[in-house]
Amino acid sequence: MTVAGAVASRYEAVIGIEIHCQLKTVSKMFCGCSTDIDGAAPNSHCCPVCLGLPGVLPTINKAAVEWVIATGSAIEATTPAATRWDRKNYFYPDLPKGYQISQYQLPLAANGRLTFDTSEGPFTVRIRRAHLEEDTGRLQHAELDGRRVSLIDYNRSGMPLMEIVTEPDIRTGEQARRYAEELRLLMKTIGASDAEMENGQMRVEANVSIRPRGREEFGTRVEVKNMNSMKAVERAIAFEIERQAGLIDGGGAVQMETRGWDDPSQSTYHMRLKEEENDYRYFPEPDLPPLITTPEWLAAIKTRLPELPAARRTRYQTELGLSPYDASVIVNDADASTLFEDAVKTSGSGLAKSLANMITGEYLRLVKTAEGHVDPAELAKLVLTIDQGAVSATVGKNIFVEHFESGQPVTSIIEKHGYRQISDAGVLAKAVEQVLEANPAAVADYRAGKAAAAGFLVGQVMKATRGQANAAMVQAALRERLDRSE
Amino acid sequence: MASHDVTRLKAHEMAALLRSGETSSRGLTEAHLAAAERQNRALHAWLVIDRTGALEQADKADRRLAEARKAGRQALDALHPLCGVPVGLKDLVSVKGGQATAGSKILEGYVAPFDSTVTARLREAGAVILGKTNMDEFAMGSSCEHSAFGPTANPWDLSRVPGGSSGGSAAAVAAFHTPLAIGTDTGGSIRQPASLCGIVGMKPTYGRVSRYGIVAFASSLDQIGPFGRDTRDAALLLHAVAGHDRRDATSAPVEVPADLLHLPEGDDEAAAYLKGRRIALPREYFVAGMEPGVAARVREAVAAMEQAGAHVEEVSLPHTDYGLAAYYIIAPAEASSNLARYDGVKYGYNDRSSGDYIADYLKTRGAGFGPEAKRRIMLGTYALSAGYYDAYYLKAQKVRTLIKGDFDSVWAAGFDAICAPVSPTVAFKLGAKVDDPVAMYLSDTCTLPLNMAGLPGLSIPAGLSDGLPVGLQMIGSPWSELSMLRLARAYEGITARAPWRDLDPAELSLTDDPSTPSPMDRKRAIAAAGAPGRQA
Repeated sequence: MTVAGAVASRYEAVIGIEIHCQLKTVSKMFCGCSTDIDGAAPNSHCCPVCLGLPGVLPTINKAAVEWVIATGSAIEATTPAATRWDRKNYFYPDLPKGYQISQYQLPLAANGRLTFDTSEGPFTVRIRRAHLEEDTGRLQHAELDGRRVSLIDYNRSGMPLMEIVTEPDIRTGEQARRYAEELRLLMKTIGASDAEMENGQMRVEANVSIRPRGREEFGTRVEVKNMNSMKAVERAIAFEIERQAGLIDGGGAVQMETRGWDDPSQSTYHMRLKEEENDYRYFPEPDLPPLITTPEWLAAIKTRLPELPAARRTRYQTELGLSPYDASVIVNDADASTLFEDAVKTSGSGLAKSLANMITGEYLRLVKTAEGHVDPAELAKLVLTIDQGAVSATVGKNIFVEHFESGQPVTSIIEKHGYRQISDAGVLAKAVEQVLEANPAAVADYRAGKAAAAGFLVGQVMKATRGQANAAMVQAALRERLDRSE
Repeated sequence: MASHDVTRLKAHEMAALLRSGETSSRGLTEAHLAAAERQNRALHAWLVIDRTGALEQADKADRRLAEARKAGRQALDALHPLCGVPVGLKDLVSVKGGQATAGSKILEGYVAPFDSTVTARLREAGAVILGKTNMDEFAMGSSCEHSAFGPTANPWDLSRVPGGSSGGSAAAVAAFHTPLAIGTDTGGSIRQPASLCGIVGMKPTYGRVSRYGIVAFASSLDQIGPFGRDTRDAALLLHAVAGHDRRDATSAPVEVPADLLHLPEGDDEAAAYLKGRRIALPREYFVAGMEPGVAARVREAVAAMEQAGAHVEEVSLPHTDYGLAAYYIIAPAEASSNLARYDGVKYGYNDRSSGDYIADYLKTRGAGFGPEAKRRIMLGTYALSAGYYDAYYLKAQKVRTLIKGDFDSVWAAGFDAICAPVSPTVAFKLGAKVDDPVAMYLSDTCTLPLNMAGLPGLSIPAGLSDGLPVGLQMIGSPWSELSMLRLARAYEGITARAPWRDLDPAELSLTDDPSTPSPMDRKRAIAAAGAPGRQA
C-alpha cells in the first residue's frame, strides 16, 4: 500500500475551495476605468473612484452583476429577489477606501452545485455561494535609492471579482483539481472570465483539514494559498493531507494557519497564524441602493447562456455518437470544443466521430508543444477526403500537421506532395509482392502461426508507399496472397 | 454700511441688476471679497478666500451676461439667475485644483483633482465661487468648534458659536460676505447654524442633491443644501444644484421644479398660500431643556400662520425620543467606515516615521483626527463589531424605520407640513459645550429625525430671544421642497413688517475693527475667565 493509501485508510480529508475569478467586463466594478490593465504602466488605469478619493461614490457595473447571475444559473444556484452590497472593513495599503465593497448576507447566487468526472467516477460538489466584489490594488516591494520600499499599483483596484465558495464536500486533491478545472471551463464557456490561473484571473484557495475516518467533527483547518496551476492545486492538497496526518500520527496537533504552496520544493510553507477570525465589521453599503432582480431579468440572462459543458458532453454522446472519453476530452478543452463544433457544422454529423478522432489524437497533442492554427472548414474537408478514400488515414495525419503548422489549405498540401491514396489493386499487389520477397522471415513466422507478423508486413507495405496505400486493401491483399501460396 | 452697498442685496436682486447691466459680476465679487477679507480675522468664516479664481469666474459670467444681453430677452432668460452671483462652499465640497479639508488636519495638503457634481452645476449656472467655509471636522459637531483650523464666531455675538457643522457658511451669509452658501446636513448641520445665525437654510430630501464629490460623513444621512438670507435666494441655489446624477446611485431621478425660480415676489401674494394649509405641531419637539424664548418664538410663528388662514393641530411623533440614540449609532457606524480611507498612504497628512505601515497608520490617524472624529470612529467601530451589530446597528435601523413611520402617519393624515423648533437654544458661548459631547449632541434633537427619515426641512428666522436669532423649522414630505419654500415664503410675507426682520447681526460692525480678537482668542479668553485655575 502506498503512503497516501495508508493515510487515506485512516483519515478522511475535508476540503472546501474558494475561487476568485476576474470577470470579463469592459470597465471596472464601480467606475468607468478600463479593465485592460495587463502590461499597463502602474497607476495608469485609475480614477478618483477606484483610488477612493474623498467624496467619490460607486456606481454598479451591470455587466458584472449579470456575469454572476449567469454563473449562478449555470451552477443551479438561486438568486434572491433583492440583493445588496456590504462593506468589508479592514486596513491595508492596497485597499484605497479602507473597505472593500462586497456581498455578505445576500450573495447574488446561493446553494448551487457542480458535477464533474474524476478517475473514480462522477462527483458533485455543493456550492455555498457566489458573490460579486471589487479587487484591491497590488503591492510591489522594491528598492529605491538604496531603501526597501513598498510601491502600490492601483490599476487592479476596483476590477470586478466573483468569489465562489464550496461546501466542505471535497475529499481528495484530485477532486479539488477537477472541481477547479470544471469551474474554469464553465467560466470560459459562458464568457464570464478568461479564468487563466497564470495571470491571476483565477485564484484558488483551499481549506484543508483531516479527521479520523468515522468521526463527524472537523479537524483544525489550514488555508492553502499560492497554488498557481491546476496541478499545484492537486499536489498542494495531497501534500497538506500527508503533512497533517504526519503531525497527528507523531502526537502533534495541526495549527490554524495560512500556508503557501511552493512549486519548486513541492511543499507548503507557513505564511501566518490564524488565531482568530478578522472582524470585518460588515454592514450594508449605504452608497448603493439594493438591487432588485426581477424574474424577467433573470430569465433573460438564463436564455442568453450558451450550451453548458455537461449538456454538451451528453449531446456529443447521444447525438454525435462520440465515446464518453472523446466527448469529455473535447468538451474539457474550450478551443478543441469550438473547433469541433465549427467543423461539424461544415462536415455534417456523419463525420463527427472521425473529426473527434483527429482532434483528440492529433490536435490536442500538437497544441501542447507547437504554435499553430486549424481552420475548422479545412479540418472538415480533410476528414471528408479521408472518408472518401482519396487519401489514407496516415497521410491525413501528415496533412493535418502541415496545415496546423503552415495554415495552408488541405488541397494545396495534397497537390504539393502529390498525396492521394493508392487504391489500385494492381499497384498494391506489386508492392505486396516486393515486401514479401524482402521479408522471408516474417512470412515464415506468419506461416508458423504468429498472427502479429501480418501487422508487421502491412506496416512495411505502408512504409513502401509513403503511407499512401489504402490500408484495408493492403491487409486484404496480403492475407489473400499469404493464404493462397500456403 | 451705506444702503448702496451691493453686499446687502439678496441674490435675486443681484440677478436682476446683472441682467439689466446696472452692475457687473466683477463689481459684486470685488465687494464681497473685500468684506470677507476685511472681516475674516474676527469671524473666521472662511478657510479659503479665492480672490483670483473668483474674479476669473466673475469675468467669465460678465461675458456670458453681455453676450446674452446682446442676443436678447430669450438668451437672458436662458441664463440661470445665479449667473454672476457669488456663492461660498463648505470646505468639504470638491473643487478641481483646490483644497477640501472637511475641517480636518488629516486632509491638509490634499488637492481635489475633480469637481463635485454640486461644483459642476454651479459652474454651469455661472455662479462665482468665492472660497471655502469653515466647518466642524468631517461635519461632526454643532458649533464649528471642532474645526482643526479654529472656531468661527457668530456675527450676532462674537463670543458665541454660529452653530454647526456648516457654521462657516451660515456666518458668511449672515455677515453679507456672500448672499449664498452651500452646506451639508447630516443631523441638522444646515438648519441649526441657519437658526443660530438668523438666515434661511434648507436640507433637501435625501437623494435630491448629488453627494458626488462631497466628503462623506454618514452616507445614508448626508444631504447638501442651500443657505440664503431669504427663501427666494435659498430656492434659487437649490434649483442650481439639485437633480439626478448618474454618479450618485442614491440620487433620485425626480424632476427639479422650475417654480423654485418663481417664488412669489409680493408679500401678500406669498401669504395667501397659507389659507387652508394644515400644519402639524409635534408635542415631542418641545423638549425639556428647551429655552422658553425659543419655544415662545416658535409658538408665536405658528399662531401667526394660523391667523393667516392655516389650520394648526398638535400631533404626536412617538418615537422622537429614540432618535438621538439611534442616530448616534448609525452616523458614527457609517463614519467609522467612511473615514477609514484617511490612512496617510495616498494623500493628505501622514506620518511615515515608523517604517512599518501599521505603526504609520496609528501615528497618522492619531495625529490627523481631532477628538470628536476619533470619538465617533470609536463609537461606530464598536457598534459594528461582531457580537454587537444586532444589538446596536440593526436595532438602530429598526428605530429609524419607526421614526419614518411616525412622519408617514402625519402625511397620511393630510398635513401639509410640520412646524417645530430647530435648536433647543439660541447660539451658545464658545467653549460652552465642546467638552460635553452629550450636551452638544442634544443640539440636534429636533433636526436629526428628518435625516433619519430622509425628509426635507428648512429653518427660517422667526424672531429673537435675548437678542439672538431663533429659527422656525418646517418639515415636509419627500420631494416637497417647493411647497416647503412656498410655505416659508408665506411666513416671510406675514412677518415682512416685523421689527426683527432684516436687522443687521448685532456685532457685525465690530468685525471691521482690526483689534477685534479672533474667535480662537475669544474662546481662550472665555475659558480662562470661566474656569480660573483650570488647566488649559
